[in-house]
Amino acid sequence: LVFTEEDKYDLYSNLLFKYFLAEGIVCGHDLFVASAKEHPDNILKELPAPLLDDTYGKELGEEAAAVKSEDVQDSMKIAWRYQNLPKMEASPSTYTKFGHYYDVSKKMSPELCQSVKWHSFYLHEELSLEPKMKTWNMNSGYARLLQSIQRIISQGGFDGSDPQKKQRNVLRIGIQSLGSILWGDDVCCSDTPEDTHSLTKFLYVLRGLLRKSLSACIITVPAHLIQNKAIMERVTNLSDMVVGLESFIGSERETNPLYKDYHGLVHVHQIPRLNSLICDVSDTKDLAFRLKRKLFTIERLHLPPDLSDTVSRASKQDLAGSAELLSSGCGAMAIGKKHLDF
Amino acid sequence: QSKFTLLRDTRTDGSFLVHHFLSFYLRAGCKVCFVALLQSFSHYNIVAQKLGVSLAAAKERGQLVFLEGLKSCLDLLFGEEEQPGQPSPLQFLSGSTSDLRALFDFVRVSLTPADGDSWKGPVLLVDDLSVLLSLGAAPVAVLDFIHYCRVSVCCQLKGNIVVLVHSNEDCEDEENELIVNSLCHHSDLILWAEGLATGFCKDVHGQIKIIKRLSLRQAAEQDLVQIYQYKIQDRNVTFFARGLSAAVL
Repeated sequence: LVFTEEDKYDLYSNLLFKYFLAEGIVCGHDLFVASAKEHPDNILKELPAPLLDDTYGKELGEEAAAVKSEDVQDSMKIAWRYQNLPKMEASPSTYTKFGHYYDVSKKMSPELCQSVKWHSFYLHEELSLEPKMKTWNMNSGYARLLQSIQRIISQGGFDGSDPQKKQRNVLRIGIQSLGSILWGDDVCCSDTPEDTHSLTKFLYVLRGLLRKSLSACIITVPAHLIQNKAIMERVTNLSDMVVGLESFIGSERETNPLYKDYHGLVHVHQIPRLNSLICDVSDTKDLAFRLKRKLFTIERLHLPPDLSDTVSRASKQDLAGSAELLSSGCGAMAIGKKHLDF
Repeated sequence: QSKFTLLRDTRTDGSFLVHHFLSFYLRAGCKVCFVALLQSFSHYNIVAQKLGVSLAAAKERGQLVFLEGLKSCLDLLFGEEEQPGQPSPLQFLSGSTSDLRALFDFVRVSLTPADGDSWKGPVLLVDDLSVLLSLGAAPVAVLDFIHYCRVSVCCQLKGNIVVLVHSNEDCEDEENELIVNSLCHHSDLILWAEGLATGFCKDVHGQIKIIKRLSLRQAAEQDLVQIYQYKIQDRNVTFFARGLSAAVL
């Protein structure tokens, strides 16, 4: 259960959400999209197009070649202590491909979208259907969503209930802006909401559904609106993975020269610890993201040495969008060469 | 015997302690009732196998009674109507009752020795109590549940109880803090796993405070507090004195 805290204007978390769904389509998984904000059909029309291996590989290859020609095996004279640290360089071909890359400037073709089975849940449509349903002391929007998910899981055989089905597939569930007022929950509105349990109950039942079926789920939540810290604590405990996106738009960090290359920070609050005593803890916890014209990349936050503007920094790691989030931990390989100029 | 142990974690995940106690008591030959609210059975099973115990086998021979909270919740909400003789232990979820009586009955029935049982002392293990609050139980109901369990398991059956709670001192979850404080006062032993105050570190995952509440049983005694740091590995956890991690030496 991947829990994403939305950034303030929901620009980047929306992007992450779309990556998750796009990856599902490219992998041939079934999709389930739920939203109270925009109709799932519209969401699906806006997914980024996957980059075919050869075109991206060529682009990367060209970049790497250009960098390599400048690179000479300089032995470091002043900072010789750093010589022994592993060089952050790996050519694209040795990068273990996990997931796919996407071109944010292009939309996914409708044929590709239609190639998988997908289910949608648009709250406002659903509410107008059968009015009478058990709600188990929970917000009715959430209760309905749970029932819908449970129905899809058992009908689609994702929980192994249908022995006839030979080919078992994965169900990717994406739920947008959970907890917002559009779902009928006031947890984002005040410090002491009336209904303190619906969101956490929903997450618990969802967790149960995910555990007993072949499915994975990403939820985005406008966490910046939830003032009640107790609820955020409980929600974190109930999720497997919690990632927060903090964008620099409108904050004082936008003009801070340290952050000038990035659009925001990625906070990894929790990584899954499943089937093991330990979890895969990565080396660094400072991650930042940036949205280029074609790519959305997440990189190690790299502060430059405090020098003039001509310092070049090229320490990059490309994560294959959401597919990496599903793997254990946030370890990522670096591409590019790090220059230390003095 | 008859001990109440509280496992507490702050800013870190203390579930490794739960895994430890589970395999410890099973290896010791006790009958264990495990109320597992947060993870699935297979998760605990896989970890327990790494620690050398098979949960499936223990379940089979009747040594382990496993309540898988997630599954039980789904059965309650999506299953058919329940039979009158077998109420779901998590009945409070559907809103029909607001107390945890059904859960307590489940525990009591599981640990009451049946004829022909040759297990040493019963043990109740709960992972974790804070989840009950998230599910809508009132703090008073949770405390009542623990109280009833203590009377039944510790006093009547002379067994042990081990309970995990999350706590975060600067957090505003008052309901949770209420429960944690109350339990602290009544525990014989508190194992408190904390994330390091200085932040994340690869070699030292956290610090554990062991508090033996001698003052509970005898008026003039002081509590004994020991602090160690630990690092979790795949199959076990290493403890060492503060500042003496293997990475530093």
